[in-house]
Amino acid sequence: MTRLTAHINLRLIGRAILWAALLTGVFMTVFPFFWSLLMATHDRTTMFSSGLNLSLGDQLIANYARLLDTMDFWVGMLNSFSVSIIGTIASLLFCSMCGYALAVYQFRGRNVLFGMMICSMMLPPILTLIPYYMVIDAIGLTNTHLAVWLPFSINPFGIFLIRQYVVASVPRDLLEAAKLDGASAFRTYWSVVLPLLRPGLATLAIVQFVFLWNNFLQPLVVLTSSEKMVITQMLRSVQGIPNTPWGALMLGTFISILPLVGIYMAASRQMISGLTSGAVKN
Amino acid sequence: MSTNLETPVSAPANSAAERDNAPADRWRTLWHKSTPYWFMSPYILIFGIFGIFPVFFMIFLSFHTWNPVAGLGSMEFVGLENYALSLTDPTLWQTLKNTILMALYSGVPQHLVALPMAYLLVQLGKRARHWLTTAYFLPYVTSTIAVSMIFFVMFSKESGIINQALTGLANGTLTGWAFGWINDLMPIGWVQENSLIRYSVSFVVFWKYVGFNIVIYTTGLATISDDLYEAAIMDGANAVQRFFYIALPLLRPFIFFGVTLTIIGNMNLFDEPYVLTRGLQQASTNGMTISNYLYRVAWEWLDMGGAAAISWILFVVIGAFTGFYFWFFGRRGLGGD
Repeated sequence: MTRLTAHINLRLIGRAILWAALLTGVFMTVFPFFWSLLMATHDRTTMFSSGLNLSLGDQLIANYARLLDTMDFWVGMLNSFSVSIIGTIASLLFCSMCGYALAVYQFRGRNVLFGMMICSMMLPPILTLIPYYMVIDAIGLTNTHLAVWLPFSINPFGIFLIRQYVVASVPRDLLEAAKLDGASAFRTYWSVVLPLLRPGLATLAIVQFVFLWNNFLQPLVVLTSSEKMVITQMLRSVQGIPNTPWGALMLGTFISILPLVGIYMAASRQMISGLTSGAVKN
Repeated sequence: MSTNLETPVSAPANSAAERDNAPADRWRTLWHKSTPYWFMSPYILIFGIFGIFPVFFMIFLSFHTWNPVAGLGSMEFVGLENYALSLTDPTLWQTLKNTILMALYSGVPQHLVALPMAYLLVQLGKRARHWLTTAYFLPYVTSTIAVSMIFFVMFSKESGIINQALTGLANGTLTGWAFGWINDLMPIGWVQENSLIRYSVSFVVFWKYVGFNIVIYTTGLATISDDLYEAAIMDGANAVQRFFYIALPLLRPFIFFGVTLTIIGNMNLFDEPYVLTRGLQQASTNGMTISNYLYRVAWEWLDMGGAAAISWILFVVIGAFTGFYFWFFGRRGLGGD
């Protein structure tokens, strides 16, 4: 009997340690976001008072005004939205076309293209940054959003993903039937295959949207005028100015992560499996 | 009705058309054969412009000096000079050392924390596991720039929460006796001091990617059958032993893949140090990665040839690291094949 209670006690202690460890992790993860929101309600005077201050300030509205003074915040947000949405749609189209062709057709050069895709995934992004800039400059795309999303619209990961989806979920018989009914190749792709690929396309859309929204390096290099800049760039660029209005900047940072966090809250399961699908499905 | 009329006629008409319209037919077969290439055309076109051309151009450029402001005409062949200059450039070696050290400081703890956390997570019920995973994964979804900005403020000397909390600990009535010495160090310049910047940057990287690894490892642990654990319990193995003797060996392929991603990602580190080392007093000597240095050489000093040479050196270093890692751990990591 006593051995049994000792056993139960031990189990309880184990459970307690387990939960303590797990909840500490949650606290560490969420705290910076919470803190940035808190700072968004303070101005420089209350922020710089030393001593732990976890109370809400009353500067939220003033900080919002300051934020709009320091940068064209909503222009940046709109630019980020435009780059991410258009870029995602383009990549859905291009990746599904290529993935479909790789899955269904036998053609000369297929293996070469396949090999190139694998190699291109290994290239460090910074390696091609200089020629990327040159190409953009040469074809007159500096300061356009097209320059930021176009190179990523043929994401090799996305092409692989779609290829796997076609192999797994598009029956060959269906393609044969469509052909017998006289549907053209493009028609078959568009009205027979694409609807079947919906889950794969959703995964790709998530990966691509998150990447484009958070991307910094390429916009930094090609978007130079302030009316074209995306939000990550704008936030970074005011970091160096003297007397940086940190409260306002934290407010801007917090708002800039809200769209993704919002989508994440609504569809966390799909987002987690989508963003790790490259890693765990190998 | 029309089909009734057409059926008997169509057969001979077709064969006649075949003889007469041979070129048109050839066009049709050509069109059919070219179909996959039409589908592949976006990839071929865009990858050619933004993938293949850049690689060859980078080889070409690394043997030249070129200032982009002066136009393409200012390009001059200098042979291996860019490589010689880069390889004898102390800053390059310093930034390479920074990159490797920060890759270690942020990468090793990531996996050492993610593995046991994932093991703890799978002990829970489905609902609790889902909520906790959602929380842990959150940093991965948010932008590195936003996250680095938040941490830049948290690390700040006077108003940063970290220094405020430490001061609170040092002067608190209950904790003062143990942490009083912290007062002598205040204010700590987490992103201003060269001796601390690597740890500060590494912490942000660790914080951002640990959740991603936790998810990979929970997925991996979910593939391990319960029978194995039950058999081990029958044999009297406790939870810690089950972790080391069952979970860890079976997770090997996942660990291998997770570590590969970490190596590649960390060697390319750019955003976090770019934000964290741009304070008013910079701690860029120890905080700058090789990617940051490359950006500076190319876009601030406008020495594109030198930057191209640095890119190739970085490429070789990453290749060497991953190659070594694959060669050394690959066989075991991928489970014996």
